[in-house]
Amino acid sequence: MGNTSLIRLEDIGMTYKIGDIPYEALKGICLNINNGEFISIMGASGSGKSTLMNILGCLDKPTSGSYFLEDRDVSDLTSDELAEIRNKKIGFVFQGFNLVQRLTLIENVMLPLYYSGFHSKEAEYMASETLKLVNLYEKGNKFPNQISGGEQQVVAIARAIVNDAPMIIADEPTGNLDSVRGSDVMNLFLKINAERGSTIILVTHDKNIADYGRRLVTMRDGAIIS
Amino acid sequence: MKQKKVKFAFFLDLEYAYKTLLRNKIRSLLTILGIVIGVGSVIATISIGQGASKAIQNSINSMGSNLLFVLPGSSSLGGIHRGFGMLPTLTLNDAYAIRKLPAVRTDSGMLNATQQVIWRGNNWATLIDGANSTFTTIRSWSVAKGVFFDRRQVTSVSNVAVIGDTVATKLFGLMNPVGHVVLIHNIPFTVIGVLSAKGFNAFGRDRDDIVVIPITTMLEKIAGTTWVRAIAVSAISDKDTIRAQSEITALLRQRHHIPLHKPNDFFIRNLSEIAKTANSSADTFTILLGSIAAISLLVGGIGIMNIMLVSVTERTKEIGIRMTVGAKKKDILKQFLIESSVLSLFGGLLGVGCGIGLSDMISLLSPLKTIVTTEPVVISLVFSLAVGIFFGFYPAYKASRMNPAEALRYE
Ligand SMILES: Nc1ncnc2c1ncn2[C@@H]1O[C@H](COP(=O)(O)OP(=O)(O)O)[C@@H](O)[C@H]1O
Ligand SMILES: [Mg+2]
Repeated sequence: MGNTSLIRLEDIGMTYKIGDIPYEALKGICLNINNGEFISIMGASGSGKSTLMNILGCLDKPTSGSYFLEDRDVSDLTSDELAEIRNKKIGFVFQGFNLVQRLTLIENVMLPLYYSGFHSKEAEYMASETLKLVNLYEKGNKFPNQISGGEQQVVAIARAIVNDAPMIIADEPTGNLDSVRGSDVMNLFLKINAERGSTIILVTHDKNIADYGRRLVTMRDGAIIS
Repeated sequence: MKQKKVKFAFFLDLEYAYKTLLRNKIRSLLTILGIVIGVGSVIATISIGQGASKAIQNSINSMGSNLLFVLPGSSSLGGIHRGFGMLPTLTLNDAYAIRKLPAVRTDSGMLNATQQVIWRGNNWATLIDGANSTFTTIRSWSVAKGVFFDRRQVTSVSNVAVIGDTVATKLFGLMNPVGHVVLIHNIPFTVIGVLSAKGFNAFGRDRDDIVVIPITTMLEKIAGTTWVRAIAVSAISDKDTIRAQSEITALLRQRHHIPLHKPNDFFIRNLSEIAKTANSSADTFTILLGSIAAISLLVGGIGIMNIMLVSVTERTKEIGIRMTVGAKKKDILKQFLIESSVLSLFGGLLGVGCGIGLSDMISLLSPLKTIVTTEPVVISLVFSLAVGIFFGFYPAYKASRMNPAEALRYE
């Protein structure tokens, strides 16, 4: 498992148009990531980390270059095909947690299953098991605003792994947390990487957080510098 | 597995739509106000229309079937019945001759006028109807107390009167009027009977506000003329009304010595024609109010579209999250369509409730008895659902076309 290719980026470019002025947020990015890796992408604010994350997470399409996911070119798929890939292959964790406020925690964890064809009983069972795994089962019927930020991020991680996606993308997952909660969350990523073999792609501007990863990629001004 | 998904997703969406709308009670209520008013007025309007049609039907049935009216004047003059004594072409002898025709069962010459009726200190202005002894048969109207006058009393120009229920109450209160003498046009009449109560007709006229006296007495002593205002004719059966009509036409043309090239100096109306006219005016009324209701449904739909657009914008972040975890365009489209449908269907249900309430109130406060049937209820519910889907489509489509990365950035 360790050495099979999961992601191959070939000369990825991303140009935003602000009004009429083009802005090159990514320039010629080349990157290979294997299955089971825990990789940290570090860089200052504005260096293009989130832009790269959106492309890796199939949330956005690059304006140039090719993206191969499990040897399939996904750089020019339709939005529904991308939705299918996000649903089956990718778990997401964001700085702002991004839970649906009006759904209970267990409903939030069920959401990816809801869009991938599971019967409600089955989905509820899988979501409960996942919440047990992260020790939040008892709070399953609470709403996001009734629990702490650290707990919300753990629920988001549960949602990211409930569908057994081979990769997890985490964009500044500790950015809104204090250092104790932050290290709890990072230890959970380590555990998931070790026990489930999930590939973890972590984005941060914080060197201490980046050090949890086993490989470090540094970005500056939309390019990878090391 | 695919099949199961539909069920799961649909009910969860439905439940979620319901919860979302409950959370914004006031806003949801204001949103559906247009639909509520639209559906409510459709239900109430149709119940009025149907009540009126039923009342017209009832009053026609109560007047007796196979009824024809022979009226003086020419239908080419617009068929308008001129006032008392204006067109003197029909006589009582015409009525007697008509009675002998094969397709005719009975007839009754009619002449009426409004007069004061006095008994002791009490005094009441009412309709005095001159009629033949056949009145009760033709009008299917029975006598509650006493008797109706017979043919002998008609030929002998007797001063006898049969009074309606309202007149009896106004003049005599709880007393039995039979045997008492009242003054009509300062002439004494003996009350020999009281008609059974019939209530109001479709146009709100009190049918019991009437006094019936022999047509001969009416002509000689009250009107001072031999011309009658109308002759009511009862054909021997439903099928024979047309035949009776042509027999009467031939007879009267002959009696009035009308040359071939001249038009009739009378015209014949049958009740089904009268009913048609009345029904068509009831229909016009229904269509008019119905179109006002349709416009308010349209306005209601625009209200729903408006609020759904706001809702889509407010929930951009949620849409982004759902797309991130795998929602496809059709999933988002469906979610918002279900929400607008639930909203408008709820508005429709509330409207049906209001409409039935309004219709009951009209029944209670006016002589008209409204009728609510299932058809308009079902149709307006289906229509409100359609309004929800139609006007919810654009906002839902807009939501489904969002770019997930941009939607996620929305705060
Ligand atoms: N949708 C967008 N439109 C225009 N410019 C953008 C957009 N998203 C990001 N940018 C710009 O691209 C650059 C990189 O942004 P981002 O990837 O968010 O950086 P990071 O996550 O490393 O802080 C920034 O200068 C930002 O202003
Ligand atoms: Mg960023």
